[in-house]
Amino acid sequence: MQDKICAKKRKKICVPPLFIVKLKIMNTRRIYLDHSSTTYLDPRVKAVMEPYWIEKFGNASSIYEEGREAKKAISDARLKVASVLNARPDEIVFIAGGTESDNLAIFGAARKIGKGHIITTKIEHHAVLHAFEKLVKEGFEADYVDVDKDGIVDLKQFKAALKPETVLVSIMYANNEIGTVQPITEISKIIRNFRNSKHLAAFPLLHTDAVQAPSYLDLNVDKLGVDLLTLNASKIYGPKGIGCLYVKRGIKLEPLIYGGGQESGLRSGTENIPAIAGFAEALELAQKERENESERLKKIRDYFIEQILKKIPDTVLNGSQENRLPNNVNVSFLNVEGESIVLYLDAKGVSCSTGSACNSASLEPSHVIRALKRSHEYANGSVRFTTGKITKKSDIDYVLKVLPDIVKKLRGISALS
Amino acid sequence: MTKDKKQKKAKGDVGGWYYSEKVKDHFFHPRNVLLKDPKPGEFDAEGVIGAPICGDVMRMWISVRQGKIKKLKWRTFGCATAIASTSVFSEMAIGKTIEEALKITPQDIIKELSGLPKVKIHCSVLANQAFKKTVDNYNL
Repeated sequence: MQDKICAKKRKKICVPPLFIVKLKIMNTRRIYLDHSSTTYLDPRVKAVMEPYWIEKFGNASSIYEEGREAKKAISDARLKVASVLNARPDEIVFIAGGTESDNLAIFGAARKIGKGHIITTKIEHHAVLHAFEKLVKEGFEADYVDVDKDGIVDLKQFKAALKPETVLVSIMYANNEIGTVQPITEISKIIRNFRNSKHLAAFPLLHTDAVQAPSYLDLNVDKLGVDLLTLNASKIYGPKGIGCLYVKRGIKLEPLIYGGGQESGLRSGTENIPAIAGFAEALELAQKERENESERLKKIRDYFIEQILKKIPDTVLNGSQENRLPNNVNVSFLNVEGESIVLYLDAKGVSCSTGSACNSASLEPSHVIRALKRSHEYANGSVRFTTGKITKKSDIDYVLKVLPDIVKKLRGISALS
Repeated sequence: MTKDKKQKKAKGDVGGWYYSEKVKDHFFHPRNVLLKDPKPGEFDAEGVIGAPICGDVMRMWISVRQGKIKKLKWRTFGCATAIASTSVFSEMAIGKTIEEALKITPQDIIKELSGLPKVKIHCSVLANQAFKKTVDNYNL
């Protein structure tokens, strides 16, 4: 009994310092190369969010002081986001993340009209593709435009797919798996010309999922020429569960959530003030730092690609090297399975992700890699590394040191080698 | 809840993307892998199962002496559980007669691996089928 109490006491005293030490070791020892999956919270963003948990906890719908404080926080955040996008504050709808924003744009625009034709691409995020599948079940007709071998949307095919009944086009700004940047400005020009030629002033609408873009690309909605644009905080060093939809003035959407009528009736529910404040701050920081960060990460990316292709035979880069996000490297290793590589790298302290069949709920290799028309032997061997603000060249050198042996070992085991 | 209880409750399914220590051990240190291509006559039979489209392909080689499996080597293209399940099967089968080894079921393999995530069970536990194919070729 005495021993037990002592052990308990010792444990109580020992736990906090050990825990802190372990955390520190973890942070310094792991190399996180999955920033397109999610990012950590920037301490500057956390500081902006801080007052809204305990001190300023009010509901923005209340008319007394706490409510007014909350309302001001939202309108300040809206102004910040609007100025980054070169939009008007009333065009910004705060919503719980990228998926919800994509869903509101697609269902909201399509269901407002009720029927018609919709167009997207074969490499969209599932938040878009599965929404399209649902609309097809509701009676819409859909076209899925191909991409070329570099992962860029086929503009000729897109142009040919436009019909008088087309109500919505949804094409992502930058792809989450292979990082390819789509020519949104050109696409919006094609749509504008089509609208004018058919005397259809308003349709089709153009939506773009720009979730992967803010840290690296221009978000000026006028230049892009889009009607709807999706953003998310958790990929740009902001909190999870918050994002926005830009809705060009004059465009009517059918809401998905009904209730108190917040966010101009498009997203009912008590506003998540700390997250909204954090999202706006994260977006502003991402755009402020994007040029320097793009330049820095481009160098690391090109070095990584060059070395990986040089050091590991039978390896291919997925997606264009030029029209690509500065932080994305996606390669396929012939005859090895991606999940195995990810787990071997994990054991060496490196975090990355794969488009292999084994890693998906559907047990099929990534639709994005398949859209590049790669063979299954390559499609199942795709691995994505996405760098971020904490990535240094020495991290990449470490991966380049351990990765060739991992691939060699797994190829030795592989029944296809 | 202890690890054992968790596994019993789910009947072999360990949920999510959880891998047991046994899976990890066989995945990082696979046993009986054929590293060098076989010399002619080195094995009595060879069999393949799976397709790259599903992400799993297994190839197996056996040597049989006096009705017992003396050597069993394999190569697998696949994920962690595909590799671990073939590895653990090789240990279970060596020393058994062909008839005994043919009785090893996917459930036996899963049990030997202390359970697998549910999503992995039907796709990656192919070792017993690869063995059956190999035995078919042996009996030809």
